[in-house]
Amino acid sequence: MNKRWPSPALLAVFLVLALLAPPIRHRLEQTMSAQMLVQIPLLAAAGWSLARAFPARALAKVEPWNHRGITGLVLITVVAAIWMLPRSLDAATSHPSMVAAKYLSVPLLIGWPLGVSWPLAGFVVRGVFLMEFVATFFRLGWLYLISPIRLCNNYALDDQQRLGRYMLAIGVGLLIWLAWKLVWGRFESFSSTDIHPAAIPQP
Amino acid sequence: MTRGVASAPGALFRTILLSVTVLLAGGGALSAATDGFQAFTTETARRVSVRRHPVDLPAVALENQAGSRFTLADLRGSWLLVDFIYTRCPTFCTALGGDFAQLERQLAGPVVRGQVRLLSVSFDPTHDPPAELAAYVRRFRGRDGGWQAARPLTDDGLQQLTAAFGITVIPDRLGGYTHNAAIHLVDPAGRLVDIFDLGEVDRIRETILRKVQP
Repeated sequence: MNKRWPSPALLAVFLVLALLAPPIRHRLEQTMSAQMLVQIPLLAAAGWSLARAFPARALAKVEPWNHRGITGLVLITVVAAIWMLPRSLDAATSHPSMVAAKYLSVPLLIGWPLGVSWPLAGFVVRGVFLMEFVATFFRLGWLYLISPIRLCNNYALDDQQRLGRYMLAIGVGLLIWLAWKLVWGRFESFSSTDIHPAAIPQP
Repeated sequence: MTRGVASAPGALFRTILLSVTVLLAGGGALSAATDGFQAFTTETARRVSVRRHPVDLPAVALENQAGSRFTLADLRGSWLLVDFIYTRCPTFCTALGGDFAQLERQLAGPVVRGQVRLLSVSFDPTHDPPAELAAYVRRFRGRDGGWQAARPLTDDGLQQLTAAFGITVIPDRLGGYTHNAAIHLVDPAGRLVDIFDLGEVDRIRETILRKVQP
């Protein structure tokens, strides 16, 4: 357990409830960039936080099925792919069932597996995942920037292009950070925040 | 509980097994979410959906450019081309108006015989009284016969129409609107059966000619 927070589970619940509050939800869903770059990442962060609240013993039981975090990262990739479809973003602001699907699947099928799997992943697995993550920002950012047609019926074209520019900027930022880490950082050494609960010797 | 436990050969096998299962399930989910990898946007999904399942349209009360009142149900019996506009629109509606004018001319025969009608529906009824609608049709030299421009008489009617057709209208910062622009085909039974893109005049003409001259 991280001592800086009263409880990661509480933090997760608080985050999801705050994001469900109609004024905040409306505000974040009003623009494509806020939904994709703020709301969905915060929902994922809630799931990540929830993973920290899980007892080490329960997580250790999952580990044989999640060698080096591979299963979890595969799950994250396919669920994230679904939430990257312009159609899903559109529907997630208007259809109640899709709203519910987003608020459940992003924390539980993206954030939670990430919190569980990332600490298990080694250099190669992390590298593959991060490069694909960065590439996705470039691919989607470029698409949003140059597409002459609106990809979401709920969002204006200038909003889509702004999101494209933000995504390219984030992609560049991530790439610089990655390059910096590769050259000067130590990938294999786990920082204190990376330690998997199961790896901490139980007193 | 060390990392060594998870590195056992059994763990690797189980992980591959579960990962492949997750990938297959994810592929299935993606396929379902895109109508079999056909529709990645709401706009394409709308087209795929009406072609598979025609939509019964509500009998919404409308008022046309001459001030006459009628309902959508009154137009049954002929093939109907419908677009959604607001007359102050500087962009898509101008293109839609151009397409409608071309279609009215190219389909003059079936239009005169009453087999085909064209209807432009305004989603901004407060700013589009009959006089504005008439000016809109005149701007494209529409002939006023086969091409009607109309506004819904109630807000409720407007909402029923946009919901049935799948039109999303969002206000922009300049007092206008951003909206999905398309040309909708309604069959003589009053069902939305197809949706075309802007500029697909040739395809629309061929489709209609095939239907009215079997």
